[in-house]
Amino acid sequence: MALPATSSGRDASQRGHVALVLPLLIYLGVFYAYPVAAMMFRSIHEPRWTADNFAQIFQTGVYLQVLWLTVRISLIVTVVSLVLGYPVAYVLARVDRAKSNLLMILVLVPFWTSILVRTYAWMVLLGQQGIINQLLLSLGVIDEPVRLLNTTFAVYVAMVHVLLPFMILPLYGVMRGIDENLLRAAQSLGARPINAFRQVVLPLSLPGVSAGCLLVFILALGFFITPALVGGPQDLMIAVLVQQQVDLFNWPLASALAVVLLAAALLIFAIFVRTLGVEQAFGRART
Amino acid sequence: MTRKYPAQGVLKRPRAVGIWLGTITALVLFYLIFPILVIVPLSFSSAKYLSFPPPGFSLQWYQNFFSRSDWLGAARLSIWIGLIVMILATGLGTPAALGLVRGRFPGKKVINAFIISPLIAPVIIVAIGVYFFYALLGLVGSPFALILVHTCLAVPFVVINVSATLQGFDERLEYAAMSLGATPWRTFWQVTLPIIRPGVMAGALFAFISSFDELIVALFVSGTTAVTLPRKMWQSIRFEIDPTIAAVSTILIIFTTALFLAAELFRRRSERLRTSTAAIAAE
Repeated sequence: MALPATSSGRDASQRGHVALVLPLLIYLGVFYAYPVAAMMFRSIHEPRWTADNFAQIFQTGVYLQVLWLTVRISLIVTVVSLVLGYPVAYVLARVDRAKSNLLMILVLVPFWTSILVRTYAWMVLLGQQGIINQLLLSLGVIDEPVRLLNTTFAVYVAMVHVLLPFMILPLYGVMRGIDENLLRAAQSLGARPINAFRQVVLPLSLPGVSAGCLLVFILALGFFITPALVGGPQDLMIAVLVQQQVDLFNWPLASALAVVLLAAALLIFAIFVRTLGVEQAFGRART
Repeated sequence: MTRKYPAQGVLKRPRAVGIWLGTITALVLFYLIFPILVIVPLSFSSAKYLSFPPPGFSLQWYQNFFSRSDWLGAARLSIWIGLIVMILATGLGTPAALGLVRGRFPGKKVINAFIISPLIAPVIIVAIGVYFFYALLGLVGSPFALILVHTCLAVPFVVINVSATLQGFDERLEYAAMSLGATPWRTFWQVTLPIIRPGVMAGALFAFISSFDELIVALFVSGTTAVTLPRKMWQSIRFEIDPTIAAVSTILIIFTTALFLAAELFRRRSERLRTSTAAIAAE
């Protein structure tokens, strides 16, 4: 294609490079950026210039509550994923390659399975007649089925399950890169194992921690399928609210809610790219 | 990093810590895999409703899936849409990755971020944006609309995978081809493409799966006429409770795992190729 034929053709080749990107840019412009931009425009101009929709969101108790709940759920899911994911990534990075490849399958197969299937699995497990209830009944721990599905607890359990691999994979990638000799050096200089971990592994793993946390948080903010299926009416997250408003033909308000969500996501995305760079951040995102 | 050292270099790790770490890891891995595994026996249940443990073995839910035209039609539609999305996304994404990795032009970083952004923007935003767009055009319910949107969502996977393969590509191989008289077009097909092919294939597979699995856009755009498999599953999960969905889920788990394994193999091969072309270049 447009490869530099001679060194004198530098400008021509640069034009060639741009020409290679152009079809995709036009495509995304028409079918992705324009519809999203038009939707954002609708939130402030329907039928004429107005800030009413945003005023409504930030002045109505119910909507504010949904925003706050969405942020709270996302934060808790992120922290729980980090706490559960960090030791797993650490162990996977420390065992030898063959073993870690084998154990990695246990992280990757759920990761590869569609979110819908994984959420359905939790419905089967947590339901009134579900496996966990039947197990607890037969063990005599409980006398009658406990309500597990359609609770906030179910939202946390299922969301962490879906998002945990997004935490483990970047953490694992970073920890694999930590040279074990650094630990040896620290210990041979007299550091106790716990101090060697605190002063060597922990700081070096921080890029993985921030990548994992930002990725999980940003994905959690926009979660729709899982809270809609395993949550109760009290677990209304912003994406579910957006869909409800669309169904009610309240398009301007749905658009305004989407703009708020997008603003939050973009802010975090900017931090993400600023601290890590696009390729480093996403190269590991889904592999 | 895992080089073996003589005994005095062995890392000290308190036993108690090792046991704790091992236990936590085992529990978390169990939590990750158990829900996936639990679906499989349910799909072979002889019961008329979800019950565990299954009272007996039966293939009735698989039979149900393969004999009902609504399920089969949905699966067929999803495969078709996925294949066309794969072709479009690969065709648009591969040259774009070439231009982005090789080119030095102003605004490259912004363009890169823009192309990757469908991956990180909450899908619900894209979904309602395109829903309003297609509603005005009267395209809601058309598979064509789904293809157009899914391609936007799939393109980042192609760009990321192809870019990664191009990162270590030795451009002198192309100069060599062209100095021997090959046209740029022929150089691309006979030198560049064969080397980056694993990355292209991995990207194409990711693109297919991303469309095949996509629910949220489909919920808005597919109407009642373009019901994809995830959309059909969504309806089934919400309004029916028979274990057909367990059978579909089992098929999907096996299908997507196989596709991802293939993508992973391509990705590994592209990594190997990258190091080996670097080695050739070094000689």
